Amino acid sequence: MKFSIQINEGPYQHQASDTAYQFTKAAIAAGHEIFRIFFYHDGVNNATRLAVPPQDDRNISAQWTALAKENNLDMVVCIAAAQRRGLMDADEAKRQGLDANNIAEGFRISGLGQLIEAGIESDRLVVFGA
Amino acid sequence: MTLLHTVNKSPFESNTFDICLGYAKDGSTVLLIEDGVYAATTGHKVAEKIKNASGVTFAVLGPDLQARGLENKLADGIKVVDYEGFVKLVAEHDSVQSWL
Amino acid sequence: MSVKKFMYVNRKAPYGTVYALESLEVVLIGAAFDQDVSLAFIGDGVYELTKGQNTKAIGQKNFSPTYAALGDYEVNKIYVEKESLEERGLTLDDLQHLVWEDEDEDYAEKDSIRLVSRAELADVMAEQEIILSF
Repeated sequence: MKFSIQINEGPYQHQASDTAYQFTKAAIAAGHEIFRIFFYHDGVNNATRLAVPPQDDRNISAQWTALAKENNLDMVVCIAAAQRRGLMDADEAKRQGLDANNIAEGFRISGLGQLIEAGIESDRLVVFGA
Repeated sequence: MTLLHTVNKSPFESNTFDICLGYAKDGSTVLLIEDGVYAATTGHKVAEKIKNASGVTFAVLGPDLQARGLENKLADGIKVVDYEGFVKLVAEHDSVQSWL
Repeated sequence: MSVKKFMYVNRKAPYGTVYALESLEVVLIGAAFDQDVSLAFIGDGVYELTKGQNTKAIGQKNFSPTYAALGDYEVNKIYVEKESLEERGLTLDDLQHLVWEDEDEDYAEKDSIRLVSRAELADVMAEQEIILSF
C-alpha cells in the first residue's frame, strides 16, 4: 500500500515525531511504499540542521535524514509553516534576504498542495500530532 | 467502511478518549498510543467504559506501555500491538482518524 | 485525478493555539484540488466559528472572516456537533452564518453549516477516505 504521513509537532516537545518515525520504519519493513512525509505546524522544526541534542539521546532530525536517505523518502516541509517559524533552505533564505539557512539534508520546502496530493495519491494518510 | 481511531492523550488529562468513544462505531478499532495508553490500565472508571464499548476493538501500542512501566497493569481484553501491528491496523481499516 | 472524501477535523479553540488558523489554510489550498470536502467542528472547535471575534487587544490577526469565504471555494459541508455547542452554552445564533451559492439552483443562497448530533457526525466520519486532524 502507499502510505503518507503528516507530522504536526516539533522534535522532543511531543512524542509525535518519534511515533511517526517508528511507524514509518515499520511500514517500510512491511513492504509498504511511503509516498510522502509532510511536516506541518511546529512539525517543520524536525527539519532543522542545527540541533545538538545530548549525545546519549536520539537525534530526531538526523534520524529522519538517515531514514530518508536509506529509503529514498520524500520529506516535505510546509512553506507557510516554515516561514512563520524561521525554517529556511538556501533558496528561500536568499529570496527573503536572510543571512542564513537551517534546513537539514533530505527535507524540501514546498506548498500545502503537497499534503493534499499525498492524500489523493496514497491509500492511507496517518496524522501524528498532539 | 471501517475506521481506525487513535488516541494519544491520557483520559485523565483530557476528554479526547471519551469523545473518541462517541465516534467509534461497531466494527471499528481504537488504538491507544503515547499517553493514550493510560486508558488501557486497570482500576479506574475508564476501564469500565472500555468494557461497555462492546462493538469496538481496543488495542494498545506495547512500546508505549513498556516505556511507562504499565505492562503489569494492562486491562483484560485489550490487544497489545507493536509498530508492525500498528501498520497492519492502518492497512486493515479503510481510513484513520487520529484524535489529537 | 481521483476524487476522494476529505474531512478536516477541528477540535481546538482559536488564538490559544495555532491549529485553527493553520488548518483553515490547508482547507483553502485544498479547495483547488476539487475533492469532496467536509469540515467537522467538534468540542472546542466550535469556538472557531463564533461571531464577533475582535483580536486587536491580543495583537493577533483576526482570521474568522475567512470562514465566510469558504462558500466561494466550494467548501460547503460544514458539520457542527450539536452536543459540543450545548455543552458550551452556545446555539447556532452564536456562530457565523456561513452560506454558499448553488449554481445549479440559480445561485440560490444556502446554509453551509449542518448542525448534527455526535452519532450523525460519526456516520459521516465513517465514510471519509482521508481524515486530517490538527
